[in-house]
Amino acid sequence: MANSTLVRAARSPKQSTKDWNGRTFNWAMKLGAFSALILLTAPTIIILIASFSAGETLRFPPPGLSIKWYIALRELPELWAATWNSLWVATFTTLACIVLGFAAALVLTERRSRLTQALEALFMSPIAMPPLSVGLALLVFYNFIGWRVSVTTLVISHIVVGVPYLVRTILVSLSQMDGSFRDASASLGANGWYTFRHITFPLARQGVIAGSFITFLTSFDNITVSLFLSDARTQVLPVRMLTLVQNNLDVRAASIAGVLVFATATLMVLMERFVNLSRFVVTDR
Amino acid sequence: MQAKALLKAGRGWALVFPLTLFLMIFYLAPIVLMVITSLSQAGETEGLSWSQYAEFFGDGFNLKVLWDTVWLGTQTTIVCLLLGYPLALLHSRTRPGNWRSILTFLIVLPLLTSAVVRTFAWIVILGRQGVINSALLSLSIIEEPLRLLSTHHGVIAALSQIQMPLMILPLIASMARLDPNLEAASASLGSPAWRTFWRITFPLTLPGIIAGSMLVFSASVSSFVTPSVIGGGRLMFMPMYIYQQAVSLFNYPFAATISTVLLITVLAVVTLLSSLGSLTRSYTRT
Repeated sequence: MANSTLVRAARSPKQSTKDWNGRTFNWAMKLGAFSALILLTAPTIIILIASFSAGETLRFPPPGLSIKWYIALRELPELWAATWNSLWVATFTTLACIVLGFAAALVLTERRSRLTQALEALFMSPIAMPPLSVGLALLVFYNFIGWRVSVTTLVISHIVVGVPYLVRTILVSLSQMDGSFRDASASLGANGWYTFRHITFPLARQGVIAGSFITFLTSFDNITVSLFLSDARTQVLPVRMLTLVQNNLDVRAASIAGVLVFATATLMVLMERFVNLSRFVVTDR
Repeated sequence: MQAKALLKAGRGWALVFPLTLFLMIFYLAPIVLMVITSLSQAGETEGLSWSQYAEFFGDGFNLKVLWDTVWLGTQTTIVCLLLGYPLALLHSRTRPGNWRSILTFLIVLPLLTSAVVRTFAWIVILGRQGVINSALLSLSIIEEPLRLLSTHHGVIAALSQIQMPLMILPLIASMARLDPNLEAASASLGSPAWRTFWRITFPLTLPGIIAGSMLVFSASVSSFVTPSVIGGGRLMFMPMYIYQQAVSLFNYPFAATISTVLLITVLAVVTLLSSLGSLTRSYTRT
């Protein structure tokens, strides 16, 4: 009896410092997490609310709510042309990246050697490069070989910066593939093409879809590379928007932003449902 | 026989050729060409020289732009780490389910929304009639709108929000690898929360911290849209300097020089951090 009170008495001061310690830790972490969440989400929420303004100028909080600025978007033909350009460029870029990236990823998963490691580093490196440097380098290169700026040069440039994402997600999904699947398939007499269609591709499909989504958005949003490589004819949406945003604070810019945020959010939810997108984003492969 | 074996070995490799060739032509060659251009002499004379670099490093203005850019990247990385770490911890301690999915969504959405959109939102927040100024004015804390746009701090705030997902995602990945038993053991042995954090959680998530810092730093020093729109032409950073020299002044050789300096800066920091990263990874595995 006496013994147990002693223990409790001896323990209690330490217990209280621990409580204090635990409390400050929890508070500090909660405060940080909360501030981070506010910082992450507030701008998007503010721009969405501002885009439904009934007023003539962009301000927050808006004087009233309406969708008139979304309707006003219909009267911006050059914006639609730029959107159209962006969609085409992003589509071609993604298709090319799927073909190039898938083929390369197959080899990288099947063989592990110094050479494949070096190749993987090469394929991933465009992510780490300053995109403006890549854009400038490509501009200098096209000038040197005498190519004029066109949709083709734009697509080529977007492939360079977009292909790492696809290679990466395909590698992630194929890394879950056990080599024995393929060997079993081969030993049962299936030919290479059959194995690819029925074993490799179904396994890699989620990686391909998630990677295509990310590559498509990267290309669709790309501005730093496009800035050097598009002229009036091949102007893409982000460049068009940049000029719109830089010149005047137009509510229309907010409503374009609203459309893009809604589209991205919807696609993200769909992607999460079908291919578990976050699995590919949250990985430290 | 040997030729056949070679052919067989080659067949396994064939699929990697298209992408390798493509990147050699449209990625490595342009970068080499850019570096050569940066070494060309002013005034159309043949031969390579360091004159562009001498010009770059000889001028205080250029050095200030380089320093401002590196400093901006460092500050943004620190803000992202200080705020992103607690959020990543919250994410990893939320049980898988709806709340966790919502958190993931909120973290990833900014990453996938257009950079122009995100930057534009910050104009609405920081502008003269923006959210912060109208709030402070209506509370009578200030009498005149503050100038928040075109300031170094404004650029840091906007960049931190824009790059934060790049910090949080590797952190979440490294926290997922952390054995929760270690923290539980430390706590049950009477170690206070802060000590458990500094002795267990923090060191074991160092690979994530380093990976995140690497991504945030290189994205921040090479970002163009946010510094140029928020900075509004009053602040100058390396990417804008490249653009100005190339597109406004058609001075390709000097633009190539600035671009190469930026490239080397980024690569140096990335190499430094990734060697630190592999050091900490080998340390956390044992």
